[in-house]
Amino acid sequence: MTSGQRATADGRALRLSVLALVLAGLVLPILAGLWETAAVAFGHLPAIGVHGPSLAAFHELIALPGFARSLMLTVWSGLASTLLALMLAFVTLASLHDRAALIWARRMITPILAAPHAALALGLAFLLAPSGWIARALSPWATGWVAPPDLATVNDPLALALILGLTMKELPFFLLVGLVALTQIPAAHLIAQGRSMGYGWGQVWFWLIAPQLYRLIRLPVYVVLAFALSNVDMALILGPTNPPTLAAAANRWLFSADTRFLLPGAAAALTLAVIAAGAIGLCIAAERATALIGLFLLRRGHRGPQGGTAGAIGMLSAALLVGLALLALAGLGLWSVTWRWTFPAALPESWSLHQWMTQNAGWHDALATTLLIGTAATLISLTLAILWLEAEDRGHFTRARWAEALIYLPLLIPQIAFLYGLNVTLLRAGFMPGLGPVIWAHVLFTFPYVMIALSDPWRALDPRLACTAAALGASPNRVLAAIKLPCMLAPILTAAAIGFAVSVAQYVPTLFIGAGRITTLTTEAVTLASGADRRIAGTYGILQAVLPLLAYATALCLPPLLFRNRLGMIGGAR
Amino acid sequence: MNRLDLAEVSIARLPPGKPLFAPVTLTIAAGEVATLLGPSGIGKSTLLAFVGGHLGHGWQAKGRVTLNGRDVTHMRADRRRIGILFQDAVLFPHLSVGDNLAFGLTATLRGRDQRRKVIEAALEQAGLAGFHDRDPATLSGGQKARAALMRALLADPQALLLDEPFSKLDPELRADVRSFVFDHARARSIPVLMVTHDPDDAEAAGGPLIRLIAPKE
Repeated sequence: MTSGQRATADGRALRLSVLALVLAGLVLPILAGLWETAAVAFGHLPAIGVHGPSLAAFHELIALPGFARSLMLTVWSGLASTLLALMLAFVTLASLHDRAALIWARRMITPILAAPHAALALGLAFLLAPSGWIARALSPWATGWVAPPDLATVNDPLALALILGLTMKELPFFLLVGLVALTQIPAAHLIAQGRSMGYGWGQVWFWLIAPQLYRLIRLPVYVVLAFALSNVDMALILGPTNPPTLAAAANRWLFSADTRFLLPGAAAALTLAVIAAGAIGLCIAAERATALIGLFLLRRGHRGPQGGTAGAIGMLSAALLVGLALLALAGLGLWSVTWRWTFPAALPESWSLHQWMTQNAGWHDALATTLLIGTAATLISLTLAILWLEAEDRGHFTRARWAEALIYLPLLIPQIAFLYGLNVTLLRAGFMPGLGPVIWAHVLFTFPYVMIALSDPWRALDPRLACTAAALGASPNRVLAAIKLPCMLAPILTAAAIGFAVSVAQYVPTLFIGAGRITTLTTEAVTLASGADRRIAGTYGILQAVLPLLAYATALCLPPLLFRNRLGMIGGAR
Repeated sequence: MNRLDLAEVSIARLPPGKPLFAPVTLTIAAGEVATLLGPSGIGKSTLLAFVGGHLGHGWQAKGRVTLNGRDVTHMRADRRRIGILFQDAVLFPHLSVGDNLAFGLTATLRGRDQRRKVIEAALEQAGLAGFHDRDPATLSGGQKARAALMRALLADPQALLLDEPFSKLDPELRADVRSFVFDHARARSIPVLMVTHDPDDAEAAGGPLIRLIAPKE
């Protein structure tokens, strides 16, 4: 007979309810959405009078001008940016072994981590454009340009600007998950071992540490890959226009006023899901191949160089990307306070707070909506995550692999592939597009991140705290409220900040589930990106970037302030 | 009178494997400090966790635990009224020393002033007068251990479990804290079950010695 049977029964009931909630609220809708997208892609949409199944939509899609090139652009930009970001992150992690440098690097990447993709893309566009900040800074003294040159530096046909933007955004993410994973690897000992056997620093790193590290960050790599392949907002701002990437094209077709484009649009969205699955499969095959080749080389026992030059080049490129990203965000702020800034002046000629002071400026409403959706989605996700973790505690469960996979599911399937179908399903079920459904759609993406951020710190909490409290007669609910939650305040706030940042960044869910009627900072920023007035776009962009950063800052500053008289909560605050 | 009984208790790791130790039957009378001995890894702390109701998933336990004639084997930890002290004091880091004690103090005692008075008295007994608002992280090892004992006693337990409670204390402090804990348990007639590696602890306890041995093949 198992001891503490009551406790296990309590935990089982709680876990079943949480699981039911997650299944009904998150997993089923995703599958239903995917199913509905597939149905439309296979020619079944009674609302416009077509009945499937047929392959007509795919034939149409393939026949559309530029389809093959869209497909190629998607695969190229997705794979190149992910691989580039991953390689740069590994080289940087290998070269950054100084603690002070690590802390500094972490500080530098925080604003980029917090900033939504759209804000970063907008800032980068302002930086790179022929009339952008870089061209202005170099003109006319170095370039001789007195007018913006006719160059495709943004929206270029090879998607280089898009790759740069994606790499810039994903590199800090890989750095962060890599830094966290490194704490689980005895890197210093491994390096000492390897070097004592005569291997160079870089070699030791790639033979001994990189394989262990990669294993720990595999899922985040797949998430980034799936995202890079299917991302819409960055592709709209930075990517090629004629033809665009498949995700941007699918977005355009699914929102087209002409219902004839719906079927090929759905087919394109479904194709994206297949491409993402294929890319992840490719990734797994590449992992195997790399392991085989690596072992073959390793067994020869060849001692190589330190790899200092490669490390320096990699780190320099990473630093350059981080610098460029920070400059891009700064540029947004600059434009938002600009009154007059003609080419080729390096800085605005006159400044103004007009954008910020104007009564009834459009950003007021967008800001309020963004805050409302972000706060609600974060609170819901946080509650669900805490209930889930508490259920694991009470039932003394360890997380099964399928449960972990469930959490990652929404991040591995291209958003557009199931959100279109989900919207169709919702409409059919009688849900009108509005704030409620949009908040819920955001939860699909904030919950996984909140859950991932909170799980490790939650499990790291000293279990004797809860045992002691229970031995003192505190009920499980009281242990949760009076001991666990206060002790976990710092990680809870961090998870909340991450969830909020994820919500602020959402473009496709807001657009599709809100049927284009819900306006957030992000949807506005994307719309305004192609507009003429950079001052307005800059205002939206910088607001978008600063809002999550404020959430991060609060998460960082609040716990030490609240627990300033509790050393045990600050030093080893976990 | 308080009394803690274990009848034929054995614990095995799941999936059903070999039991950790031969079945244990013992009785601890009020105010008595029984000592659990045995080689490391045999499951002394696991047995303690079972008695307190803190055993996690992945264990299968047989046998019965009765406290004052009350079968607590399948009861939730918070309803057993069995206190526990660990190697570290495990003071709640976010609460002041006084609030740590207040968390322990049984809810049956009502009235803010009354409760505060009892806590202040307990602090004084522990040599911690005036420490009510102190940060637990600023206490010395001995102070933490005494605060943890007071917190456990204020919950009015009917039995007390000690999981190597003195092993992290400095040698000169150890005897002091030990007699402090034992004296209080005896004064309240609480049966105590202790796990220790230190022969001095067992000798000072002066109670029955229970040696866990490997189960017969």
